[in-house]
Amino acid sequence: MDIGKRLSRAAAIAVVTGLALLGGTTTDVGASETEHPEAQDWKFTGPFGKFDIAAIQRGLQVYLEVCSACHSLNQIAYRNLLDLGFNADEVKAIAAEYEVTDGPDDNGDMFERPARPSDKFVLPFANEKAARASNNGAFPTDLSLLAKAHPAGPDYIFAVLTGFDDPPDDVELGDGMNYNPYFSGKQIAMAQPLFEGSVEYSDGTKATVENMARDVANFLHWTAEPEMEDRKRIGWKVVLFLLVLSALLYATKRKVWSSVH
Amino acid sequence: MTDHASEPGGQPESRRDFLYLSVGLFSGVGTVLAMWPFIHSMNPSADVLALSTTEVDLSPIEVGQAITVIWQQKPVFIRRRTAEEIQTAEQTPDADLPDPQSDADRVIKPEWLVVVGVCTHLGCIPLGQRSTEPRGDWNGWFCPCHGSHYDTSGRIRKGPAPENLFVPKYEFLDDNTIKIG
Amino acid sequence: MSSHTQHSGYSVGGLVKWIDSRLPVFTYLQKEYGEFPAPRNFNYWWNFGAILSFMLVLMIFTGIFLAMQYTPHVSMAFDSVERIMRDVNYGWMLRYMHSNGATFFFIAVYIHLFRGLYYGSYKNPRELLWIFGVVILVLMMASAFTGYVLPWGQMSFWGATVITNLFSAIPLVGDWIVTWLWGGFAIDNPTLNRFFSLHFVLPFVIFAVVALHVVALHVTGSNNPLGIDPKGPQDTLPFHPYYTAKDSFGLAVWITLFAAVVFFAPNFFGEPENYLRANPLQTPAEIVPEWYFLPYFAILRSIDFDLWFIDAKLGGVIVMTGSILVLFVVPWLDRSPVRSARFRPVYKWFFWIFLLDCVLLGFVGGHRPDDLVFEGVKQLEFIDLGHVGTAWYFIHFLVIIPVLGMIEKTKPLPTSIAEPVLGGGQAAAGAAAKPMEKA
Repeated sequence: MDIGKRLSRAAAIAVVTGLALLGGTTTDVGASETEHPEAQDWKFTGPFGKFDIAAIQRGLQVYLEVCSACHSLNQIAYRNLLDLGFNADEVKAIAAEYEVTDGPDDNGDMFERPARPSDKFVLPFANEKAARASNNGAFPTDLSLLAKAHPAGPDYIFAVLTGFDDPPDDVELGDGMNYNPYFSGKQIAMAQPLFEGSVEYSDGTKATVENMARDVANFLHWTAEPEMEDRKRIGWKVVLFLLVLSALLYATKRKVWSSVH
Repeated sequence: MTDHASEPGGQPESRRDFLYLSVGLFSGVGTVLAMWPFIHSMNPSADVLALSTTEVDLSPIEVGQAITVIWQQKPVFIRRRTAEEIQTAEQTPDADLPDPQSDADRVIKPEWLVVVGVCTHLGCIPLGQRSTEPRGDWNGWFCPCHGSHYDTSGRIRKGPAPENLFVPKYEFLDDNTIKIG
Repeated sequence: MSSHTQHSGYSVGGLVKWIDSRLPVFTYLQKEYGEFPAPRNFNYWWNFGAILSFMLVLMIFTGIFLAMQYTPHVSMAFDSVERIMRDVNYGWMLRYMHSNGATFFFIAVYIHLFRGLYYGSYKNPRELLWIFGVVILVLMMASAFTGYVLPWGQMSFWGATVITNLFSAIPLVGDWIVTWLWGGFAIDNPTLNRFFSLHFVLPFVIFAVVALHVVALHVTGSNNPLGIDPKGPQDTLPFHPYYTAKDSFGLAVWITLFAAVVFFAPNFFGEPENYLRANPLQTPAEIVPEWYFLPYFAILRSIDFDLWFIDAKLGGVIVMTGSILVLFVVPWLDRSPVRSARFRPVYKWFFWIFLLDCVLLGFVGGHRPDDLVFEGVKQLEFIDLGHVGTAWYFIHFLVIIPVLGMIEKTKPLPTSIAEPVLGGGQAAAGAAAKPMEKA
C-alpha cells in the first residue's frame, strides 16, 4: 500500500517537475519522439583520445560564469583544477573567490570563509528545496557526471545547449517551459543559457554558442571521467604486456603438446 | 605420472628452458605489478592528502595563551610563550634533558612554539593547553596517562615518554600566519 | 619431487616433506592438479573452469579493497563510490575491474553452462557436479543483484525496488516478506546495509560451493568433447603440464580481452542512468537490469495474463523462478545414453535453437514490451517475441529434451578417446561396427 502511494506521488511530482530533470533516458514516453543528438568530433574519443585542455579551461570559464548560477558540480574540488594546467597559486586564487560555510567556531557559531583548494565547488543552492524554489519548481541537475549519465554523453550536452528553438506549431509548451528537440519530451525548464558573447574568452576563441557549447561538453566530459588519460595510458601498457604473455604461453602450450599431436 | 607424458616435446633442452624461463618471468613480474594498485589504494587518497597542510592565523593569540589546531587529524599545540618561558627554555642545560635538544632547534621564532600534541610515550594528549589544566613540574604539559612532564619547549623532562614532543614541519607565510605541513 | 626429499631437512624439499607429512597439501596438489588424469581431447571450451576460478578470485580481491573505501549509507554511498573513482589511488581501476568483472564472470559462466549442455556434462555420473554448478549460478545472481544496489544510483535503487517487489507476488506472506527484506517500508538505509553485508559474504559462500564443485569433478573425472569415458592411460594426459599450459594460455587471452574493456570501454556494459544519484521520488523512464539478467527479465514480463486463480504478477514470478529451477532437473529430463551432441544429430540442432532462443529473450528483455520489433509492422511487439521465446524455453527442457532422449537415433560412438585422435580412418571404421556405448 505504502509503496503504491509513494509511486503515485512520485508520478505526480514527475509530471510537474520531471521534465526539467535530465532523466538520461534512452527513449522517452509520449508521442513526441526526442531527437537523437548528432555525433560530434571529440579529441577524447578512441583508445588514443586525449583531453583538449584548452577547450576544457574555456569550458570551466563558461561553467563558472554561466552554468554555476544554477547547476552544482559537487564531485569536483578546486584542487582538481591542478590537473587542467593551473598552478597552485592560481587554484588558490580561484577558490578564494567563493565563500564556504565552516564551523562551528569556539562560540559554536558557523562562519563564512574563503574557499580553499581542498573544498568542493561551492553549491549554488543550499539544498534541493531551495533550488526548486528559485527555479520554478525544477531542480537544476548536478553536472559532474552528466557526460556519463546519458547514453550520448557529450554529444547530448552539445545538442541540448545548441538545440533551443522556437516551438513548431503542433507543440504546446507547458508554463515556463522552453522548446528543445534534444531534451526528453522536447520541453525543458531551463531557458537558453548561452548566447553569442555570453563570456569573453582570453585566448581569442570566438564566443559563439557552438564554441561555448563544445567547450562546456569538453569540460563536463573531464569532470565525469578525470581518470581517462591515466586509464588509457596504463591500458596500453597492460594490453601490450598481456599480448606478449599470451604469445609466450601459446608457444609454451605448443611445445608441451608437441609430443601429443 | 604416466609414461607417455614424462618427456613432453621433442625440442632441444635449452630452447625449451628459455621459453619456460621467460613465461615464468613474465607471469611473475605481471603478478607483482598487478598487486601495486591494490596496495597503493590503501595509501592516503587525493582528498586526504589535500588536507595534509593547515594554515593557522596567529593574530588572535595573546602572549601566554595557547591554541590547539587540527593538522592531519592530530592536535597541534601552538603556544605564544612569555619572555620568562622562553628564557627558561633557552637556558636549560642539555644534561637535564633525557632527549637533549636546544630550544633554538625547536622553534622558528622564539615567541611561537608549535608542537604535535601527542605524547611520545603511548599517544595520549597531554594536558596544559588551558591555564586551568595541570602543566606539570616544568610548566609545559603533563600527560595524565602515565605521568610524563614536558617543559616550555615541549621537551620531555620526567616520566616514561622517550622523546620530546614532535615539532611538525611549518613555515611562516607572513608575520601572523603559519602553514603546517 | 622424490629427488628433492633425499636432501637434508634444511632444503626447500625438506620443508615440503616436513609439511606434507603433517598436512598433505602437496600430495593433494600433485594428485589433483599434477598427475590428475584428464581426457586428452579437451577443446578450448574446457578452459572456462580455470577462467571462472580466476574471475572469482579477482572479484573477491577487488571487492575487499573496494569495501575498504565504500560507505554503505544512503546519503554517502553514491559519493563514496565517486570518491573511489576520483581520489583513491587506482580506485577507478579497482572499481572498473569489479564492475566489468561481473560482466566477464557471467559471460564465462554462461559459456561454461552451455558447454555442459552441449556435451552432456550433466549426465550420470555427474548430476551432483551439475547441481553444484546451478547453485553457484543462483548465488552469483544474488551477489550480482546485491552488488548492483551498492553504488546507489538510479538503476540501483529502482532495480532493487522492482526485484524485491517480486516477492510481494507470493500469496499470503508476500507483503510481509518484502517489508522484511527492506527492513522498512521502502528501499532505504537498512536495505542498503544488509545488501552490503550479503554482498560481502556471498562470494565466500560461492567459493565454498566451488570447492564442492571441484571435489565432485575430481571424483567423477571430467567429461570430454566425445562424451565417452577414458578407458585407460592412452586416453588421458596428466593435468600438468598439458592442461596447466593450455589453461594458462586461454586465461591470458581472456584477461587481455577483459583488460581491453576495463581500460578502453569501461562503461560499455553499464547503464548510464546509474551515474545519477538514487532518487526515490523519480522513476527512470525504463528500468533495465544488467545484460546478464535480461533473458530472465523477459521471461518474467512475458506472463502478462491471468491463468485460472494465478494473476499475471505471480505467474511471471513462478515462470521466471521455474526457468532457473528447471536447470536442476536437466540430468533427469535427458534420458539419452549419449552425452555429446557430436553424436546426437537432432539434439545438436535443438541446442543451437535453444541458444538462439536465450539470445532472443535477452534482446526482448532489453526493450519495452509494447515496442514494435520492426518499425511499421504494427502486429509484432516485443511482448509477442517474449511469449514465443518463453514458451520455447520451457518446451525445450520439458518436451524436446525428454522426447529426443527416447526417440533420437544417435551416431555410433568411437570405442575410445585415443582412437579418433590417433587412429584416423581405420579407427572410425572400427568404431562404426561396434554397438553404441552406454554412458
